[in-house]
Amino acid sequence: MVDERDAFSKRLADARAKRGLDRPAGGRGELPSGAWGIGFRAGVEVVSALIVGVGLGLLLDRWLGTWPWLFLVFFVLGAAAGVLNVYRLFNPRFGARKG
Amino acid sequence: MAAEGKAIDALGQFELSTVLGPIGAAVGFTQSNLHMVIAAGLIVALMVYGMRPAAMVPGRLQSLAEAAYGFIDDMVVAQVGEEGRRFFPFVFTLFMFILFGNMLGLFPYAFTYTSHISLTFTLALMVFVLITAVSIALHGRKFLGYFFPEGAPVWLAPIIIPVEIVSYLSRPISLSIRLFANMVAGHVMLKVFATFVVMLAGLGAIGPFVSIMPLAINVALVGFEVLVAFLQAYVFAILTCIYLHDAVHLH
Repeated sequence: MVDERDAFSKRLADARAKRGLDRPAGGRGELPSGAWGIGFRAGVEVVSALIVGVGLGLLLDRWLGTWPWLFLVFFVLGAAAGVLNVYRLFNPRFGARKG
Repeated sequence: MAAEGKAIDALGQFELSTVLGPIGAAVGFTQSNLHMVIAAGLIVALMVYGMRPAAMVPGRLQSLAEAAYGFIDDMVVAQVGEEGRRFFPFVFTLFMFILFGNMLGLFPYAFTYTSHISLTFTLALMVFVLITAVSIALHGRKFLGYFFPEGAPVWLAPIIIPVEIVSYLSRPISLSIRLFANMVAGHVMLKVFATFVVMLAGLGAIGPFVSIMPLAINVALVGFEVLVAFLQAYVFAILTCIYLHDAVHLH
């Protein structure tokens, strides 16, 4: 009986570890959290998302010859992705519906 | 050199030049490459010579090697989970390479190879290719579900999916820009204040006294840069771990 329970708790612990559920609290909070650090990270996230958006837009425009429409669309997408990145910076588990 | 013509040459320190004479010039072997080789040699030497005694009570080098190993091992297991162990060699190599690059760059006459975006972006691209390959290998077609969170209204898909894709593609860019910008900013500040020391010292009788101020700032900055050098290597490694966690678990 005791054996069985131990085996179960071991399997449970293994399963939890496998799913990454037993991460120590604040695992992500270990990132530097000073005001400057957060501000710099947020800035970098926005800028890099904008770079990707603008770059993709320009490339697709050159390929398809649709200047400037895709550029404009992807500029907005890049800005949205930048905001999403910053949002994820503070709420890392966004979109985690199933753990 | 910096104060020549009363101009501050803060960016000259990032210029590449070939070393090792004509051989280096022929193959384009720059001082950046040289410092990478030195860093790699130092890392290997630390791990090999540090662990050679394998003593129960570690000496100085052995505790340093063990501390570095344990630090990254803890980080990988805490962030990715137990099955993340197989990524330990990759994360450890990345961390040590960046850390040694940042630290080596603080020595006089040394070159900071992490201050070039070509290098940091290459490293970030390796991480990006790895996390994408891992999630496709582990999850197959479900990887595409990454770009559309479950439960979101379907009519939002045309907006959410492109935004998620751009956000995913921005990972290597933000990873590389963060490291590169931190290293460049730190070294430019050091150089600017060091130039102030020289320029103010030339102001006649009061010069030597006034120039103590930028000198004091530089002393503080060097300490700060040691912190930044470690912190940026740490941030790069932990973000790699977080991305690996997302790749292994798909959220």
